Amino acid sequence: MIRIANGQGFWGDSLEAPAMQVRRGPIDYLTLDYLAEITMSILQKQRSRDPKAGYARDFVDMIADVLPDLIARRVRVIANAGGVNPAACRDAVLAIAKRQGIDVKVATVAGDDIMGRLDDLFARGIELNNMETGEPLSTIRDRVQSANVYFGAFPVAAALARGAQIVITGRVTDTGLALAPMIHEFQWKADDWNKLAAGTIAGHTVECGAQCTGGNCQVDWAEIPNMADIGYPIIEAEPDGTFTITKHAGTGGRVTVASVKEQLLYEMGDPREYITPDCIADFTTIHLEQCGPDRVRFSGIRGRPATPFYKVSVSYSAGFKAIGSLVYAWPDAYRKARAADQILRRRLDRLGLKFDAIRTEFLGANACHGIPLAEPAPDMEPRLAEVVLRVGVRSNDRAAVERFTKEIAPLALNGPPVVTGLGSGRPRVEEVVAYWPALIPKTEVKPEVSIWPSEN
Amino acid sequence: MAKRKLIELAHARSGDKGDTANVGIIARRPEYYPILVREVTAERVKKHFEGVCLGEVERFEIPNLGALNFLLHESLDGGGTLALKADPQGKTYSSALLRMEIDVD
Repeated sequence: MIRIANGQGFWGDSLEAPAMQVRRGPIDYLTLDYLAEITMSILQKQRSRDPKAGYARDFVDMIADVLPDLIARRVRVIANAGGVNPAACRDAVLAIAKRQGIDVKVATVAGDDIMGRLDDLFARGIELNNMETGEPLSTIRDRVQSANVYFGAFPVAAALARGAQIVITGRVTDTGLALAPMIHEFQWKADDWNKLAAGTIAGHTVECGAQCTGGNCQVDWAEIPNMADIGYPIIEAEPDGTFTITKHAGTGGRVTVASVKEQLLYEMGDPREYITPDCIADFTTIHLEQCGPDRVRFSGIRGRPATPFYKVSVSYSAGFKAIGSLVYAWPDAYRKARAADQILRRRLDRLGLKFDAIRTEFLGANACHGIPLAEPAPDMEPRLAEVVLRVGVRSNDRAAVERFTKEIAPLALNGPPVVTGLGSGRPRVEEVVAYWPALIPKTEVKPEVSIWPSEN
Repeated sequence: MAKRKLIELAHARSGDKGDTANVGIIARRPEYYPILVREVTAERVKKHFEGVCLGEVERFEIPNLGALNFLLHESLDGGGTLALKADPQGKTYSSALLRMEIDVD
């Protein structure tokens, strides 16, 4: 049995979680997810300004903190912290190890960045059509900011086989980070579909960190113990593809069949067709069993052969947006917020501003669940303590979005009364970086695994 | 037949893929699952999210988890970073569905 911990559900998750996973109980592997879909474009911009940037700095700071413990406890780390520059991330980690007088083998998995190959791919008839709209990527070629293939677990497993104690990857699937140690330790083959599906589902269960150990859990949230010290998930994986999800003893939160089921359903499409580069996993074959306090055992999982494609994540510039808000207080908070919205829109019309999208929401009244589901009853409406008017616009014309940001604040003095919330001043204009999903034949890209210090 | 709110019979989680939201609901007891299958149809979910879900609703059954998964297409104002919504990832659609009233034997 091996223990595979998740210490980071997304870039921005708890800074304490990785160290907790290493120090508060036994684990063999620590996996960390740092890349969201839009993260790659931010990192690509950082690298274009500085050739030594373009990876997750948080990861390097974390390694500086826990490296001696990793070595003492023989914990190996797998992180997609390399972003668009895994080699620079590796160099930063090696510099820290040197400063601490520690010898460590660090591998990188690269080759996922196809930004520089796009024109070559188009020329050869690989159009990277949008999976949702069918449009070819060439239609937005000049606006592309990053393009990365999602690799699976096998290149990471290859890095482990070469003795890496820390594996830094570019774009690798979240599930692949957790599946890789199972492939390596148990010598699973590329066509062991049932086992690969089991490891993939294990990875899916832990990929959002504490979201399977009682965090964001609706079943009975108020009863979940000690959320302030919530434990992050650990997979206890067996060679036959069964596994148990648990957490370190003494940590908060709770691992139950119910908490795990919620995470299984997160971002789910067709439950029979969970497609990764490694296999197709069938969620309708999962058998769950509470086999002890904070222990849920998974068995029976079946999978099918992987597809001949990798998924590609392209980010591209898609105009500008700004979102502003004002807070209206009792009495008639909702009525006043609605009136302010109408006044604002008349002023925007008079200025002749054109937007691709404009949207108003009333936080405190109906924003999350919408109208009609959450519309306050007529007798309730005048009693609302406050309502936040939230207005957003989006346009390719930056000047129009800029102008909009200057029309919100004046409402505090020249619109309906008892209004506040201007503390942060005018809203900020943000560049919109949108996401373009596509597929590429696996034969077109090769993962590149390298290890440092080199083997000879 | 009595009317019950779905939140008494199920818990839920939701997420996003582009402009599509997914809402998974899970029976709080095994005997509630057939009621969910009978009552919480794709058509009812589409009507429930009137004004929010502008596209189709697909339903998938996951009996081994006592769960149903719904895909609500065209529900996130364009999705991801394009959306101007306070909840661009549909994270709160889980409890929005649990507001539904259904018939229970």
